[in-house]
Amino acid sequence: MYAQNVSTGTQGVRDADELSPEEAAFQARIDGNIKIEPKDWMPAAYRKTLIRQIGQHAHSEIVGQLPEGNWVTRAPTLERKAILLAKVQDEAGHGLYLYCAAETLGISRDELMNKLHSGEMKYSSIFNYPTLTWADMGAVGWLVDGAAIMNQVPLQRTSFGPYARAMVRICKEESFHQRQGYSIMMSMVSGTPAQKEMAQDALNRFWYPALMMFGPSDKDSVHSDQSMAWKIKMNTNDELRQRFVNETVPQAHYLGLTIPDDDLVWNEETGNYDFSQPDWEEFKAVLKGNGPCNRERLGARIKAWEGGEWFRDGLAAYAEKAAKRRVAA
Amino acid sequence: MPSLSDMNTDDVTKLADIAAAEQTHDAHVTNVETRPAFFEWLCRMGDTTLILGQRLSEWCGHGPALEEDIALTNTALDLIGHTQLWLGLAGEVENEGRSADQLAFLRDALKFRNVLLVEVPNGDMGVTTMRQFLFDAFHYELLQRLTESTSPRVAEIAAKALKEVSYHVERSTDLVVRLGDGTPESHDRMQQALDILWSYTGDMFVSDGVDATMAEAGIAPSPDTLREAWLARVEDVLDEATLNVPDNASCIPAARPANTRSIWATSCPICSFCSAPIRAPAGSRWRGAV
Repeated sequence: MYAQNVSTGTQGVRDADELSPEEAAFQARIDGNIKIEPKDWMPAAYRKTLIRQIGQHAHSEIVGQLPEGNWVTRAPTLERKAILLAKVQDEAGHGLYLYCAAETLGISRDELMNKLHSGEMKYSSIFNYPTLTWADMGAVGWLVDGAAIMNQVPLQRTSFGPYARAMVRICKEESFHQRQGYSIMMSMVSGTPAQKEMAQDALNRFWYPALMMFGPSDKDSVHSDQSMAWKIKMNTNDELRQRFVNETVPQAHYLGLTIPDDDLVWNEETGNYDFSQPDWEEFKAVLKGNGPCNRERLGARIKAWEGGEWFRDGLAAYAEKAAKRRVAA
Repeated sequence: MPSLSDMNTDDVTKLADIAAAEQTHDAHVTNVETRPAFFEWLCRMGDTTLILGQRLSEWCGHGPALEEDIALTNTALDLIGHTQLWLGLAGEVENEGRSADQLAFLRDALKFRNVLLVEVPNGDMGVTTMRQFLFDAFHYELLQRLTESTSPRVAEIAAKALKEVSYHVERSTDLVVRLGDGTPESHDRMQQALDILWSYTGDMFVSDGVDATMAEAGIAPSPDTLREAWLARVEDVLDEATLNVPDNASCIPAARPANTRSIWATSCPICSFCSAPIRAPAGSRWRGAV
């Protein structure tokens, strides 16, 4: 998922008799599956948590442009170039809807950008890994977009209206993105031995970082209960991770690729694959800013923002002049 | 998550073959006499859109605002689409079995035939925006004339591209005016960009033997006939943008050696680095059935 470890700022879920009348009415609407809209009353912690979650999701979309954008100029055919361009453009579009959804909660896009650049807000850990070969474009589409879909499909039913509606369109596009990633993998595994090796190598490098995308294990996920009561999180991290593994393993087999996990085994009893957990220490280190590409990614965003200041100021100044001219006319 | 069967799309090559079989008949495509000139001219068209598409792609994820990032990649996407059509037709005219991809990725930088303006490195957004406007204004005039080509295939591509380029020129015009008449800094950057780029604009209107053959066959207008309309539009927009048109005499075409279209071969955006994946050994697969 694109939002990991989102703090709710609460001390767990309170009982119904501890809620104020306003809070009780709010929770009743959520329990009745009635969407919360921007002008409705909402608890301050719900608003704050949503800003964190939607903001982190939006940041992930735009930082997520970088590892793939890096390969647009080097895509191996004109068609692949066009598809990748369209895909990365979609991701920027997702960022745009999500920043707009966050704005309805009373925070501007510029404020959110500043929080990203200062390190106060995070983006998904997955984008701090490098994309080394063309096969990584396949692995990112297949696994990263695949993991994102796992989380985002249920979020179409999330309690906050603008977020849920943004997610409907995003999910349609993400599903297409995953198919394009899988299509790259399909081509590569049926090419030369070197290409197949490249595809396997990409799977090896992206498998565990993709599993980390769902966030820490449920037992370590301290904020989940409140987020689930508010229906801004629909499933637990472990549920989604398990579902992802169950669906992805047969897809890897179809490609003739091996999941890099010696302990991966189908469990008849539970009807699930048993699998190894990612290295959670690595996950924490990446979130803290010590992944392989954290500095590069954030540096690129800051450079784009600062380098574009004169451009944004120029457009704003013209708009002001034009408005004055209209008044004078 | 899509099901496994959903992940297997129809074979793109088969779809492309069906589309190819439905192509409009065009006697120019098989005319042996005009073949070398027609091929060369189509490469000029395809290389120009390819190089600019490539340059704009470099901005992907690095734009000054999200809307701008989307617009730049969208323009790049349109131009890559035009490249597929122009170079695809070039391959057919050449009749030596080369595909658009082979023409785009497997020629050496010195064999590229793009107009010089689109090669100029991105610089800041001032250079990128001004380069786009100066080219869009030319591209628009050219495509409009090409919709009347005696080659139905050229006219079809031009009609499709014109729809997109009409929007490109509208957008770049708007940005040039806003930034030129924005803050003192944005004005200065736009003027500086114009001063850098102006000397490369003359090259777009250089007409040689290839162009004469194309004009004679009614396939394409001679580029020199586009300059008047281009200049009129450019001067109007620059005036509104409060920018000064540099001295017309400072254009570069006369200085360009014969038959050499590219002067930045070393910084060519389709260099061996960019095309490394497709230079992989025979049998490599990058899409369905290639």
